[in-house]
Amino acid sequence: MSFGPNPWQQQSWDARAAGNFIGGGAGCGLLVFATLAGAEGSLRQTLLVLALLLVGTGLLCVWAEIGRPWRAVNVLFHPHTSWMSREALLAPLLMGCAAAALVWPQWQPLAALLAAAFLYCQARILHAARGIPAWREPLTVPLLVATGAAEGAGLYWLAAPAWGAGSTASWVGFGLLLLLRFGLGAAWYRRLVPVLRPAALSAVNRAGHGYNAGSLLPLALVVVVMAAPLPPWLAGLLQALAGGLALGGGVLFKFLLVTRAGFNQGFALPHLPVRGVRR
Amino acid sequence: MTRWAMVADLRRCVGCQTCTAACKHANATPPGVQWRRVIDMEFGEYPDVQRAFVPVGCQHCEDPPCMHVCPSTATRKRADGIVTIDYDLCIGCAYCAVACPYQARYKTDRPTFAYGRQSEHERQRHDDARIGVATKCTFCVDRIDSGLAQGLTPGVDPEATPACVNACIAQALAFGDTDDPGSNVSRLLAENQSFRMHEELGTGPGFHYLWDRKDGDEAPATP
Repeated sequence: MSFGPNPWQQQSWDARAAGNFIGGGAGCGLLVFATLAGAEGSLRQTLLVLALLLVGTGLLCVWAEIGRPWRAVNVLFHPHTSWMSREALLAPLLMGCAAAALVWPQWQPLAALLAAAFLYCQARILHAARGIPAWREPLTVPLLVATGAAEGAGLYWLAAPAWGAGSTASWVGFGLLLLLRFGLGAAWYRRLVPVLRPAALSAVNRAGHGYNAGSLLPLALVVVVMAAPLPPWLAGLLQALAGGLALGGGVLFKFLLVTRAGFNQGFALPHLPVRGVRR
Repeated sequence: MTRWAMVADLRRCVGCQTCTAACKHANATPPGVQWRRVIDMEFGEYPDVQRAFVPVGCQHCEDPPCMHVCPSTATRKRADGIVTIDYDLCIGCAYCAVACPYQARYKTDRPTFAYGRQSEHERQRHDDARIGVATKCTFCVDRIDSGLAQGLTPGVDPEATPACVNACIAQALAFGDTDDPGSNVSRLLAENQSFRMHEELGTGPGFHYLWDRKDGDEAPATP
């Protein structure tokens, strides 16, 4: 039983840290999904540039948060155990490969592989934060990976209709990612319910509303576009809308997870001090 | 081997915060930064209410999460169990702060002063190396090292003992080597029932809380 004061929201990481998870997650997810979906031509290049911008912006966000930005290179010193070091080591490789893939498409699979590794590192960063129960939950890792992947797929579908691109397989893949993200989110929440104190759980609940909406609404649109005979312009519009919703849900969830639902666990006494007569 | 550890007797602590003040004086921490704090907790409902004062701070864990996540190797653990921060390596990412289950770490982004303007005392004690980086309780490692060099015993000789322990008015805080069966802290742990905070996380804190004696019938578990 716990008797400590109520947990409180961590104050060490703010929107800038969330920006790294948002930009890095969506950018890496986009790179991976665009590669798997076989984006070509100017769409491929546009998506690659967008992915680079997102990952770069995320890194800039976290650089703006650290207390000693001019010694940021020290972040590379501890890849043996620190997922932040591993993420930082992958960043230049990822950016370099993605930039090279703009000119030489044969580099893109490697860039996508590095993006997947970068995304995994980001998920492990949160999981390793053992002071925050909602983050250290093991399902946080697949949840954040799936969230990033679904955001990337959402970005792809936000753009692809404008190019008249996007295969049925990648539309189905988008739907499966949304389903996976929703399922993982539900399982993650179920595991947190008995662990978190009321204030922390209510913060997770608030983050979950956007998450659920950002998964279920686009999932419904995926089904509608597949099942209903729609004119191409309307199908494209709905596809872009689904992409935007999937992206927005993921962004909102990660922002809230870091800045509103990052409650610590407070202090706890398994035994009270026995003074005088024992009770 | 040596394993420096702190023991807090919850039956003795009266919540006077003298340890907090002594720590601030010894380590010149800025306003809002308390490497040693005492949490005031109340349990139960009137008329059956209990109160406990719980000294907290860096637990100098055996397996410190802060050290594993630190991307710069600024956080390290010495062979004697003391977890240290190299201010010249730390980049101030605060990853250690969210990884610590004991809320023991602080980061001060700019100098702050108790009365707005910097006093003469604060000017003399200011250390720019501590701005924008993680800081926490050091177990007064400089006192320990200096005392050992003089042949003194930490936890016994005040010159080699953390400031909070020296200052405690109720002898609620004790410091010593838990690897030495004859040390003060080993005796306290042998004679009393103790626990460590958030033991389930497997961090192996070097901070033990005494809550009851070992002899006789045991008190019931908490309500």
